[in-house]
Amino acid sequence: MEFALSPDQRLMQASLEGALTRLCPLERVRGFVDGDAAVAGDVWRGLSELGLPGLLVGEAHGGLGLGLLDAALAAEALGRHVAPTPFLASAALAPLAIAAAGSPAQQAAWLPRLAAGEALAAVAIGEAVAGEGAGVTAQGGRLDGASRFVIDAAGAEIFIVADSAGGLHLATAGAPGLTVTALVTIDRTRSLGELRLDDTPAEPLAGGDAGAALTRLRDAAWILLAADMVGASGAMIDMAVVYAKQRRQFGRLIGSFQAVKHMCAEMAAELEPCRALVWYAAHAFDALPAEASLMAAHAKAHLSEVSRFVARTAVEVHGGVGFTDLLGLHYWFKRVGLDRQLLGGPERVRQAAAAMQGLA
Amino acid sequence: MDLAYGPRYGAFRDEVRGFLESHRDRWPTGAGAPRTAVLAWQKLLIEHGYAARTIPRAYGGHGGEADILKSRIIAEEFIRARAPGPLAGQGISMLVPTLLEVGWEEQKRRWIAPTLAGEIVWCQGYSEPGAGSDLAALRTHAGQDGDDFVINGQKIWTSTAAQADMMFCLVRTEPHAPRHAGISYLIFSMKTPGIEVRPLKTMTGHAEFNEVFFTDVRVPVSQVVGARGAGWAVANATLKHERGMLGDPGAAEARLAAIVELMGEEAAGGERAIDNPVLRDRLMALQGRMLAMKFNGLRLLSAQLAGEPAGLAGLVVKLQGCELNHQLAAVAIDAMGEAGVLYGDPGARDGGVWQQRYMFDLGLIIGGGTAQIQKSIIAERGLGLPREPKPAQG
Repeated sequence: MEFALSPDQRLMQASLEGALTRLCPLERVRGFVDGDAAVAGDVWRGLSELGLPGLLVGEAHGGLGLGLLDAALAAEALGRHVAPTPFLASAALAPLAIAAAGSPAQQAAWLPRLAAGEALAAVAIGEAVAGEGAGVTAQGGRLDGASRFVIDAAGAEIFIVADSAGGLHLATAGAPGLTVTALVTIDRTRSLGELRLDDTPAEPLAGGDAGAALTRLRDAAWILLAADMVGASGAMIDMAVVYAKQRRQFGRLIGSFQAVKHMCAEMAAELEPCRALVWYAAHAFDALPAEASLMAAHAKAHLSEVSRFVARTAVEVHGGVGFTDLLGLHYWFKRVGLDRQLLGGPERVRQAAAAMQGLA
Repeated sequence: MDLAYGPRYGAFRDEVRGFLESHRDRWPTGAGAPRTAVLAWQKLLIEHGYAARTIPRAYGGHGGEADILKSRIIAEEFIRARAPGPLAGQGISMLVPTLLEVGWEEQKRRWIAPTLAGEIVWCQGYSEPGAGSDLAALRTHAGQDGDDFVINGQKIWTSTAAQADMMFCLVRTEPHAPRHAGISYLIFSMKTPGIEVRPLKTMTGHAEFNEVFFTDVRVPVSQVVGARGAGWAVANATLKHERGMLGDPGAAEARLAAIVELMGEEAAGGERAIDNPVLRDRLMALQGRMLAMKFNGLRLLSAQLAGEPAGLAGLVVKLQGCELNHQLAAVAIDAMGEAGVLYGDPGARDGGVWQQRYMFDLGLIIGGGTAQIQKSIIAERGLGLPREPKPAQG
């Protein structure tokens, strides 16, 4: 019995941590947010050298063939460094969609390029996951309609699009009638867009059960967003603790005041059990299919609550400086703000969790 | 990740199952089971290694190798079969490990075996009215007179004191030493003249605890455990064993399952509780918390197997686990609507257990180290934050 990370996984964590510390220090994140678009390219190239884009792609297509638990550890590291990368769609959701429902030809066309970090992908499944009925209809190899909150829209070469019947399609940038408008959100480290499709030709991802593939995408996205929140929350707690150990007021380190140390303890007490929850959810996605959706939902919903609590508390521990732009804590605050809302806020995800158990 | 226990453990699980099945006629079931049947069952469990598994035979244990997974399988199979488990209580869970760690050989031989056998019931004399979170402030005094200590003072929050044969107790034997160095750990009979036990009724309406008063209670100095004046270190060894008992996620999982059932049956205003979106959302949020604590428990088990320190994941269990149980009881009461107020009434659901837990679990949030003490421990030991500066000693 072993419920722990393997030596390989710990090695991957250490190597990613080292790479992100080098590639993605706060001043570069700040530079990217302030308009230096080259930063994201540099970070992605650096991570591509480590094989990150091909984490979930099978070895036959040039990837590492690892599981969602490994991807979750990567997402945690990216959240920890508020890294501006297209990881969620390009390295996780698009490869999972193409591997699960793509034809051999589609797999051969896209998986190697995604795995190498050469092609970027965006994923438009928000409405389908939220049960609102996608605003995209498919007929005769053509897509019509619109999808909002498309994940990793900027620079995407392909778009994985869910239609109103739960089917998945692959459209390419530059296809007739396809336009993307960037959405401006609180979290400028990630790219969301609005996709409009007007009689746009697209290939169906028709292999396997399309509804099942969409469910897998949703579960993977929920788990990876939860992992991103684990990483971001951990970083915020570390910053608060470091600050509480150096800031003096009333002639004392503020971390020696129980009012302050208990805020730090509450953050740690809330976050620490979440690591095991995300590990288990990711392991269930890989190995325990009957439990996977419920665990993904709980990971997403619970981390949304915990990370909101951590974000506001970490700012408060810092006092006035926590509220400034200069400190930069707000990048993490906003990162978890986006993670929380994307693909369903906690109330709606818990509603889905209840439905999965026949309770709603 | 490998959540399976492996084939060797599969065989062990079958063995435990087989034992429970073939000895079903020996189960002392129910609160009214005769004491002789309870003790006979305990004896059988020790013989088979399902109780006192790792305690040496010389002290009345089974003398088996330590094996965390086997211990867990035993616990799982007893719960699954709803079989009466091994005897628990403060003697077995706290005094025995302490004696094994620091007791004299003669003390081990004299006290451990009858304690394991259930022949001696113990109670713990730690807290005092003036020494709760600040346990080292305890003042119960034991002055030496010849070969005896003479004890005067008072203990509080002593569970099972009325039934106990013996007490393990912290007393101040060196009043002039620094406060941590002046404490000794004594064991003595509750029948010793000068001991008075008064039940302590709590907000639940029951007396789950007692107060114990000592007036010139004479105890031989040979009944100190560990060295005289070293009682603080001895007690800390025991507290470590107590904290492991509180905040167990297994209880939360069982309660949550019971609440799902309850919410499907209880209705108010023409609506089943489970169909009320707010109550259902609260239930789901607590399920998420429960799962986090459950898997945190798996992580701790795995770390223990690998001989790795538990770290923060271990430090947070008491704080988070006790709060979770309290909140579960709260949602159960709220789901019952007006019927949630019934307590001691024949119509109360599950014998009023949800109100009882809602109150008693608040006691557990306070007892065994308050939530605030837990937070200071997490902050100082887990996060390395500085300790509160000590006021000048007056």
